[in-house]
Amino acid sequence: MFKKVLIANRGEIAVRIARACREMGVRAVAVYSDVDRASLHVRLADEAYPIGPAPSRESYLVIEKIIGVARYADCDAIHPGYGFLAENPALARACVDAGITFIGPSAAAMERLGSKTAARHIARDVGAPTVPGTLDPIDKADEAAKIAREIGFPVILKAVAGGGGKGMRSVAGETELAAAWRDAASEAQNAFGDARLYMEKYLERPRHIEIQVLADHHGHFVYLGERECSVQRRHQKVIEEAPSPIMTAELRKAMGEAAVQLARAGSYTNAGTVEFLVDEQRNFYFLEMNTRLQVEHPVTEMVTSLDLVKLQMRIAAGEPLPFGQEEIELRGHAIECRIYAEDPDNNFFPSPGKIVDCGVPTGPGIRLDEGIYAGWTVPNEYDPMLGKLIAWGGNREEALARMGRALQEYYASGIKTNVSLFRRILASRDFQKAAIYTRWLDDFLTAKPAAESRSEEEESRAEQAVAIAAFLWHGSHAGRANGSESHTVTESRWKTESRREQVNREPQP
Amino acid sequence: MKLQIEIAGKKHRVELRHAGERPLWMIDGQIREADATEVSPGVYSILINGKSFEVRVESWGAELRAITGGREFAVVIQDEREWRRKRGSAVEAEGRQQVLAPMPGKIVRVLVSAGDKVRAGQGLLVVEAMKMQNEIRAPKSGTIDRVRVIEGQTVNAGEVVVIVS
Repeated sequence: MFKKVLIANRGEIAVRIARACREMGVRAVAVYSDVDRASLHVRLADEAYPIGPAPSRESYLVIEKIIGVARYADCDAIHPGYGFLAENPALARACVDAGITFIGPSAAAMERLGSKTAARHIARDVGAPTVPGTLDPIDKADEAAKIAREIGFPVILKAVAGGGGKGMRSVAGETELAAAWRDAASEAQNAFGDARLYMEKYLERPRHIEIQVLADHHGHFVYLGERECSVQRRHQKVIEEAPSPIMTAELRKAMGEAAVQLARAGSYTNAGTVEFLVDEQRNFYFLEMNTRLQVEHPVTEMVTSLDLVKLQMRIAAGEPLPFGQEEIELRGHAIECRIYAEDPDNNFFPSPGKIVDCGVPTGPGIRLDEGIYAGWTVPNEYDPMLGKLIAWGGNREEALARMGRALQEYYASGIKTNVSLFRRILASRDFQKAAIYTRWLDDFLTAKPAAESRSEEEESRAEQAVAIAAFLWHGSHAGRANGSESHTVTESRWKTESRREQVNREPQP
Repeated sequence: MKLQIEIAGKKHRVELRHAGERPLWMIDGQIREADATEVSPGVYSILINGKSFEVRVESWGAELRAITGGREFAVVIQDEREWRRKRGSAVEAEGRQQVLAPMPGKIVRVLVSAGDKVRAGQGLLVVEAMKMQNEIRAPKSGTIDRVRVIEGQTVNAGEVVVIVS
């Protein structure tokens, strides 16, 4: 096993990897940008080194800096996490050149399977069904219009280098195409440094179901069941669960074997995810492969009792997979909510800022993978994901009930989070019945909010409690002694601040 | 003390009286037996007829925000004199409306210029924050009075970016 691993990432995933390192007796080395000095991943690491200014293009995305730190700190491996450089073959290659192990697939496998267009060619070769569309990047908007007319609207534009919903736009008709092309290309350029786009037919009500695969350096391939990720907002996954509520043993086997075949054809190693769309008749279509650890890997961990990050490290260190396909058993049901610093009541605008206080749900079946703490400032420069709340239960009902309970215990004050969105989703009949598809949440959010199943009495009691709390808050914050007409909340805050400053200015004994 | 407390758009009159040692709450004219204690700064444990609530209160811009049971409420407090005074003047902001940046970020695109006619909901500009491009839309139909930002500029939350009249 490695002695020291550099974690080329930040936020919750850097924390997750550092924890796995700790458990394995491997030293964890963090890197951080100027605004991340006080971030949790730095605090939890054994060593930490600065890599430059806040913009990721000048820090987390600079391969020379990452390799430089790995050399300086004498690391024998680099874990890229997800996002940033995780799917950039140049980092994998730079690792080889520097004699450092990259915890992930080879650069060549990444190029074969990570490029959406190249992977579609392989999928076609191994006989995995694909969604109608272009197998190659499209040069310009005019050509896109021609192809769209051929395959028929609606279509979807996707970034060749993409992931996480960035550089992706659905197009209902030809009039929208030019604007969608411009936005998707500019977003792709910003997010991945690669503006190339391709096009697919937009399926009507597909589910997003993905297969987790693992492959070692000894020719062993396994699939660890599926994850259902159909609850998405603008192509960004919001809730994931395992197993998929519509899965059957036969379908799992067919999809799992298709995923393994694809990975094998691309000589893939380490952890990867093969994404499929599944239509209402349970036909599945290959979508793309993510050549890295996924954000939603915990739901698979919860139902398989495996630790994917540790397995990634063991595979990278050359160990054979410690189990075969027939030994993999799925137990119970797991669900994950992605908690973002954004305001669900105001267009989901991001909400960076200082976290005044936060609550950590605990208790049976609950796991929180987070990169935040009270007193920490959520920087404006990065993705607004704060962490993931995961619930496990013996069946889907129990998992959902535990999630609902844990969401009540979760809070982060000082910033806005999307926690109230999950409460709404969990309360919806569609979600409870698992009648979901990739655009379900977008439809749900534009529909008139259904009356929540709370009695009027409960409702008014909650409001009374809020009224009393607000009253008391006002009493201790509003500077009553002043007695002036206009003691607004803002002014009183200012007063308490200045009072605090005066206290701080007192000479120290 | 009497306060008018607006919770999620609904106005309530709240008054605290004392019956000997015990606090007595009057909410919208009804007496409520409630026991309230501040368990940590800004966090109140409230028992109403035995029903337990934990409410966190914090200031949020010019308003307050209260969280209880995973739900969030926007709260505005006015004392009696204030609410009498404000009742008369609420209408005047109708004509010109300032569009504020909802979050700090960088202006990546300005989609309108002064003099343009806009419809309610039309995109005015795009702010990039936390790696996301966020379109700021017109709050009402009208004419762009002024655009106060240029592409490439950074803005703070609450800064006026456009004025629509």
